[in-house]
Amino acid sequence: MPRFYTEEHEWIDVDGDVATVGITDFAQGQLGDIVFVEVPDTGAELSKGGDAAVVESVKAASDVYAPVDGTVTEGNGQLEEDPALVNSDPEGEGWFFRMTLSDKSQLDGLMNAQAYKDFIADL
Amino acid sequence: MSETEEMGETVAIESLPLDAWHRARGARMVEFAGYHMPIQYDGIMAEHLWTRDNAGLFDVSHMGQLVFSGEGAAEALEALVPGDISALKPGRMRYSLLLADDGGILDDLMITNTGHGLYMVVNGAVKWDDIAHLREHLPDEIEMNLLDEQALLALQGPKAAAALTALGVVPEFPNILPVDRLVFMQAGPYLWGDVRLGISRSGYTGEDGFEISVLASDVSALADALCAQEAVKPIGLGARDSLRLEAGLPLYGHDLDEGIDPVEGDLAFAISKRRREEGGFPGAARILGHLADGSPRKRVGLTVDGKMPVREGAKIFDGNSEVGVVTSGGFAPSVGAPIAMGYVPTGLSEPGTALAAEVRGKRVAVTVTPMPFVPHRYVRKQGG
Repeated sequence: MPRFYTEEHEWIDVDGDVATVGITDFAQGQLGDIVFVEVPDTGAELSKGGDAAVVESVKAASDVYAPVDGTVTEGNGQLEEDPALVNSDPEGEGWFFRMTLSDKSQLDGLMNAQAYKDFIADL
Repeated sequence: MSETEEMGETVAIESLPLDAWHRARGARMVEFAGYHMPIQYDGIMAEHLWTRDNAGLFDVSHMGQLVFSGEGAAEALEALVPGDISALKPGRMRYSLLLADDGGILDDLMITNTGHGLYMVVNGAVKWDDIAHLREHLPDEIEMNLLDEQALLALQGPKAAAALTALGVVPEFPNILPVDRLVFMQAGPYLWGDVRLGISRSGYTGEDGFEISVLASDVSALADALCAQEAVKPIGLGARDSLRLEAGLPLYGHDLDEGIDPVEGDLAFAISKRRREEGGFPGAARILGHLADGSPRKRVGLTVDGKMPVREGAKIFDGNSEVGVVTSGGFAPSVGAPIAMGYVPTGLSEPGTALAAEVRGKRVAVTVTPMPFVPHRYVRKQGG
């Protein structure tokens, strides 16, 4: 299952027409202790680069953007009870939402794991 | 050196004496008040809780340290602040407010009578404005010096007194109390070896603790010696902010500004009894009027329903009417929930009043609550 990354530090796992989205380990490290996550409602229409979710650390609220166009099929309900999952397992149990993909060609503009690794090394 | 654009000019961000010290300890540095400052080391939550249980070392060298001397300095300052400065005994300090002509708050500050003069600590973000205001309004015969060779540390938490004592800090003169015998808002001159320290039992976290003024050239050695103790860790600005919020203490530029007077800011305690009777401070008519009849609005604490933080700028509603604004807010690590402070009409400032705050277009229930959110643990009396 290929995983892609955005310059805004979201990751997206694609499985057929459905994808899972979260924030990267680098992003959670930058944010620090996560105390609240607002995931999108099921059925929400997302557009690439638009607001999709909100993640709040002790210090500040940050937007999480949709990596591609699509419709939300599920938000991660576990994050409501345990937002610190984003710190402890950002690229696993700490996923934010699942969505359908309206235009798979949008994935072509995203980074693969190596490209993202190089990207954050330069930050 | 990095630079930031401000008001069309290019302003250099300056480095404080402990800059390399912070970086060597893994601090994440941010720009604050024109300086590079540590926002966090291990993480805000861990640093916050460490300070409440142990002792945290804060670098507050960005703050302005001023000394006033000359015949009548106390009386001259009283024309600019509402505190009873002439009654301040040597070794005592007081929280006060620099007031604009209309009674608005230009800054909040600490004034200490050192026995040789008046020592003032002002906020870093507005220190140059404060200095200009003070120089303009004080008589020429009152001398004002900025102690720009001095660094300032705060050691805060229940283990602060033991840590400072273990360092071997001793009074500089026989009539000065040992540091652990000082009470809250008392200060004196001390020696650490041959290094002179100006120490007060004070701080801005709600915990017991000390503020230590030391020559910039000695501050790294002092910070090393303090952090060599098991109970002491360096703490960043992030936890400083969450600690003071839980303590119900306002942050200038956020919870206080030129548009707010001391009564609105819930700081009436800073207007000394004699000054209430005599007036003679800027904005006295407005402020004494608000003291007598109540101010139209007031700074209050708010508890927040649920887990979503309510932050600075969130509008406050009473039913459908917008009635106020949140000026500070966030997750409170020692409370384990979001908390906030903000301004509401005085008629809605009673503890228990149910209101709502708007976050990202959604309404969150909030309730007016007495502050502090976490009890203060100042040492006010010495036993024995």
